[in-house]
Amino acid sequence: MTENNDSGGMASRAEEFLQVFKKGAEFTQGLLKENERLRYRVLELEQQLRTEGPSAEIERLQEKLRQSEAEKAEILSRISSIEQEGLDFANRYAEIEAENNLLANLYITTYQLHSTFDVDEIVRIIEEVLLNLVGAEKFSLLLLNEQGQLVPALSGESTGGLPAVGTDDPCIARALAQRQAWIADTDELSQLAESAIKAVVPLQVDNEVIGALVIYRLLAQKTSFSDIDEEIFNLLGGHAAMAICTALLHRERPDRTRFVRGFLSGTK
Amino acid sequence: MSEYRVLVVEDSPTMRQLIVFALKRIRNLQIEEAGDGVGGLKKLSAHKFDLVVTDINMPIMDGLKLVSLIRNDPQYKDVPVVVITTEGAIEDRDRALALGANEYITKPIQTARILEVAKKMLGV
Repeated sequence: MTENNDSGGMASRAEEFLQVFKKGAEFTQGLLKENERLRYRVLELEQQLRTEGPSAEIERLQEKLRQSEAEKAEILSRISSIEQEGLDFANRYAEIEAENNLLANLYITTYQLHSTFDVDEIVRIIEEVLLNLVGAEKFSLLLLNEQGQLVPALSGESTGGLPAVGTDDPCIARALAQRQAWIADTDELSQLAESAIKAVVPLQVDNEVIGALVIYRLLAQKTSFSDIDEEIFNLLGGHAAMAICTALLHRERPDRTRFVRGFLSGTK
Repeated sequence: MSEYRVLVVEDSPTMRQLIVFALKRIRNLQIEEAGDGVGGLKKLSAHKFDLVVTDINMPIMDGLKLVSLIRNDPQYKDVPVVVITTEGAIEDRDRALALGANEYITKPIQTARILEVAKKMLGV
C-alpha cells in the first residue's frame, strides 16, 4: 500500500516537471522567433535606408528650410531695394532742393533787375546779386563807351583796389569775342593770383555787347563756381544788360505815363 | 489761419525776397518784413513773433543791436533769432551768438538752409 502511494507521488512530480520543461521550451522557441523577426526587421530597415535615403519627414523639413532660405533672400533683397529707393528719394530731394534754389535765385534776380527804371538802383541790384547770391567779393561792372573802351560803372567796397582792365585783357577779350561767360574752373581758381580775373560775363542786348561783369575775388568759403552761378551769370548777361539799357532809355523819357499812353495810341 | 509769424529784417530787397521766398514754403506762416533794426523793433512791438531772421550789416540799426535789444527786453527775450552773416565776418557772427542769437546763416544764402534753420527754430 505504501509502495503504491510512493510510486503515484513520483509520477505526479515527474509529470509536473515535464509540463514545466515543456513550457520553458515553448517560451524559448517564442523568444528565438521574436529575435529572428526583429533581426529581419533591422535588416529591412537598413536596406530601406540604403535604397530610399533620408526619410520623407527629413525631406519635408529640408524643403521647408529651402523655402525659408528663399523667403529670407527675397526679404533681404526687398530691404535692399527699399533702402536704395530711400537713397534715391533722398538724392532726388537734394536735386529738387538745388533746382528750387536755382529757380529762386533766377526768379529773384530777374524780378529785381526789372523792378526799377533807376540805373543806379539796377547797378546796386547787380552788386547785391553778385555778392549775396554768387558769393563774389570783388567785382566790377564795366560798360563800353562810344570809343569801345570799358568804363567802370560801379564804385564802392566791392570794387576797391581793382586794377583797370580793357578789352585787350585775354579773359575779357575771349568772353566778349565768344559772347559767352568765361569762368575759371576749380583747378584754375586755386592757382590764380588773388588779383587775377576769375570770371567774365559779357552783357549783351540783341546780340550787341554793351559791357561786362568781371569777377576778381570770391568769398573765403567759395572755392569754385557752381552750376547755379553759371545760370545766374547767363541770366545777368542778358537781363542786366536789358535792364541797364531800358533804364538809360527811360532816363531820356522820364514821363513814363505819357510814354505808355503814346505806345498804346500807336498800337491802335 | 497763420500758425506762425516770422519777422525778416534785411536791408537788401534782393536778399529779403530770397528769404521770404524760402520761408513761404512753410505752411501756415505769416511773414512781416523790415528794412533795418528800427523797422524790425516797430514790427516786434505790433505783433507777437515766433522767429526773427535778421541780417547783421544794416543801416540805422544793425542786426547786433537788434539782437541785443530783443534779448534784453522781457517781452521778446524768448523769441528765437537767426542772424545772417557774411563768411568773412566771423567776429560779427560770434558776437551775435554771444548776444543771444540762436543760429546763423552764412551768405551766399541757400534757400534750403533758410528753410532748414527756420523749421528747426519753429519746431515744424
